Amino acid sequence: MSSSPQVEPARPVIEMRGIDISFPGVRALQNVSFRLFPGEVHGLMGENGAGKSTLIKALTGVYSIDAGSITMNGQAVSFSGPGQAQEAGVATVYQEVNLVTNLTVAENIMLGREPRRLGMIDWRRMRRHAAEVLQRVNLTIDPHSLLSAHSIAVQQLVAIGRAIDVNAEVLVLDEPTSSLDVKEVAELMAVIRQVRDKGVAVLFVSHFLDQIYQISDRITVLRNGELVGEYLTRELPRLQLVSKMIGKDLAVLEELEKGTKREAFNRVDDGAFLSATGLGRGGSIQPFDLDIHPGEIVGLAGLLGSGRTELVRLLYGADRSESGSTTINGTDIKLRSPRLALSHKIAFASENRKAEGLISDLSVRANIVLAMQADRGWVRQIPRRQQDEVADRYIKALDIRPVNPETLVRNLSGGNQQKVLLARWLLTEPRLLILDEPTRGIDVGAKAQIQKLVAELAEKGMAVIFISAELEEVLRLSHRIGILRDRRKVAEIVNSETTTVEDIMSIIAAETQQPA
Amino acid sequence: MKNLVGNRLFWPATVLVALLLANFLWNRSFFDLTVRGGNLYGAPVDILRRAAPIVLVALGMTLVIATRGIDLSVGAIAAICGSWASMYIISSADRASVGVVLTAVGVALLMALLAGAWNGFLVSVLGIQPIVATLVLMVAGRGLAQVITDEKILYPDNSPAYKLIGGGYLLAVPFSILIAGGIFALTALLTRKTALGTFIESVGVNPEASRLAGVRARPIIFLVYVFSGLCAGLAGLMLTSNSTSADPNSIGLFIELDAILAVVIGGTSLAGGRFSLAGTLIGAFIIEAMDAFVVIAISARSTDVFKACVVILVCLLQSARVRQWLLNVLRWGNRPTRRDNQPKPPGSPPERSTVQTRSAGSPTDAGAPDTITARST
Repeated sequence: MSSSPQVEPARPVIEMRGIDISFPGVRALQNVSFRLFPGEVHGLMGENGAGKSTLIKALTGVYSIDAGSITMNGQAVSFSGPGQAQEAGVATVYQEVNLVTNLTVAENIMLGREPRRLGMIDWRRMRRHAAEVLQRVNLTIDPHSLLSAHSIAVQQLVAIGRAIDVNAEVLVLDEPTSSLDVKEVAELMAVIRQVRDKGVAVLFVSHFLDQIYQISDRITVLRNGELVGEYLTRELPRLQLVSKMIGKDLAVLEELEKGTKREAFNRVDDGAFLSATGLGRGGSIQPFDLDIHPGEIVGLAGLLGSGRTELVRLLYGADRSESGSTTINGTDIKLRSPRLALSHKIAFASENRKAEGLISDLSVRANIVLAMQADRGWVRQIPRRQQDEVADRYIKALDIRPVNPETLVRNLSGGNQQKVLLARWLLTEPRLLILDEPTRGIDVGAKAQIQKLVAELAEKGMAVIFISAELEEVLRLSHRIGILRDRRKVAEIVNSETTTVEDIMSIIAAETQQPA
Repeated sequence: MKNLVGNRLFWPATVLVALLLANFLWNRSFFDLTVRGGNLYGAPVDILRRAAPIVLVALGMTLVIATRGIDLSVGAIAAICGSWASMYIISSADRASVGVVLTAVGVALLMALLAGAWNGFLVSVLGIQPIVATLVLMVAGRGLAQVITDEKILYPDNSPAYKLIGGGYLLAVPFSILIAGGIFALTALLTRKTALGTFIESVGVNPEASRLAGVRARPIIFLVYVFSGLCAGLAGLMLTSNSTSADPNSIGLFIELDAILAVVIGGTSLAGGRFSLAGTLIGAFIIEAMDAFVVIAISARSTDVFKACVVILVCLLQSARVRQWLLNVLRWGNRPTRRDNQPKPPGSPPERSTVQTRSAGSPTDAGAPDTITARST
């Protein structure tokens, strides 16, 4: 809506020319040029592995460049690290929150630049200043609370607040919205506009096309480490952008989309695979009922923090329920631990890949076989040959890159990590697969692949619970949709041809009368 | 060649070889092995024999560290077990009886197991931080040992059966080497031929993700402390059996530090995760080879300085950053001209870049962004 670009000043604040960066065995960036003008929001687009993060890290001095030049306000610069970049006015908020979670919010905001009096930290001034910063990102939390006590979304906003506060000339946002819900995204957009109007150059990376079109004035597209081009947002239709990112024809894209269209599901009423009655846990989710049948995809919709994750954690035994009961195939079974759930063929891929999903220092192979091995127990190790064979199969099937199964998982991009996690659970041949935000922060191509896979799995008789902040996605995939609000399951609707995003939105929004 | 240097055992092994060579240069008969009375003698055998208790303790420590923990109580556990066994043998009627020694060993190991279980309970069930949890026994354990021995120094050396553990020979090789070797093989087998090793590593890297993947973190953490306790107990028996006196205040004193050092030198990170048993073995040998060298070549006063230097060297060589830096230094040396000297003669860098920017940022250019397109599709 406000994508009317400002009158362009003559000189970009940041200009990168002919940037080359290679890592052992990979040319991450090849002759990439990029420029950023003051007072604009510039979207950096590309699939996973296109080189977006690498470009940002080259700018902020995390990586040193092999060739090319970087200038800031006409001066050649070469930052030795993010700290130096920040001092020069280039503040960055990374994809994964990079703050110290066991310090307080205020300490995090002021970390490294605490106000001092007589050599001692001036706590009162620090608190006051932190409160101001929080106000600017529309957060009403206690600056003295521990950062770890807040959701990822809030932590992300705190990180953004900190970055804005460091008197930045350039603000780099590397997928800041990937864990925010609709309302929070809107708030963030407002903040970004404020910042832009003050003349700050904002570099914005996001996988959400909507957001890019909503906020950005200009778009640079990367593909496979090379520059595809720089465009004015208003002159670049969406589909063209996507085809430039993927490098595929539009027809192929439409084909991918078609493959995931939901079809009417004939409910077999001779029994749910899992049914929960009055399942609940104080402070986390109020008692709810839920039935899931084989071959059915149940979507869960609701704002972030509405209890979606908490609900499925009870079904997996990740948290213990305090009330209610569960039956699996008609037998009463109390799901007390993930291990028990796993032995009943329930799998849960957490939304928090880094903290609750992958073992980052182990190989792709070890990560893929981990759950299967855990199910077999420690004595009977899966023979190495079988591990290799299984890893290769899933790497091929899910198109995981790099293809070497001995790569450490932490060296993979977000989308590929997600696929590794998916492979781990598919390997356990679950009868119920719980996917919490499986497509968050991953690119259009991988997203379509995962959606298609989910649809196929359900067709083969697997029950799936699918959580996503993107309502379109939930709508496209699910047979039934459970809707949550304020840690309560408030509705359950059968997804018919006529159901729209607005229908779900209105249920989510109903009765929520807290002032925004 | 690259694979060899990239192997994480390469640098520790290099240092070990260097130390052995240094020993040889100072003492040309260093590698000479002699057979006397059917038994093997020589400096290398001595090093192995003296390393045996450290190897034992360090093996347990490796697994504990791999789960992101640490066990400070190993020295105290060694003292408890060693002094109790000595006490029992001395106070029994027939010191030479194999039955008595077996009972002593059995009960002592049971105590070690209990001590390890206590540590494991504190860490895995009560969730106390490992360094605090094991500090309890580290401090209290020696007191316990003193109570057991009634604050006396014991002399268990007149029991030949007991003497075998730490000082005797079997099949021409010191028995302690066989024990340490056996436990090493057993540990390697357990961690690499079963999934235990993977589970230990995965719990060490990310306990929550491991739990959600169905790995039972608690029993695994509990087990590694029990194992560490057992190893420490065995080391305590070895130490007392090989010495003429068993003073609860000095049995296994500071062995926890040697063990931690061996683990770290061997390339296992204190942050948990991937571990290397072979690395730990090399680490323990480095410590003993260092001691051997100190005895023959360094004055007693600078012993600790020398040790510190070797340890710092090994740790530096293992740091990826230092290695990269060294590589760069080597590469720079091969280059005819230095790049960072070039820009200075033609003119100061800021001037040049201003010119560049002006041409790129001219109004016409900015108005037509597509012109900057490098490869348009």
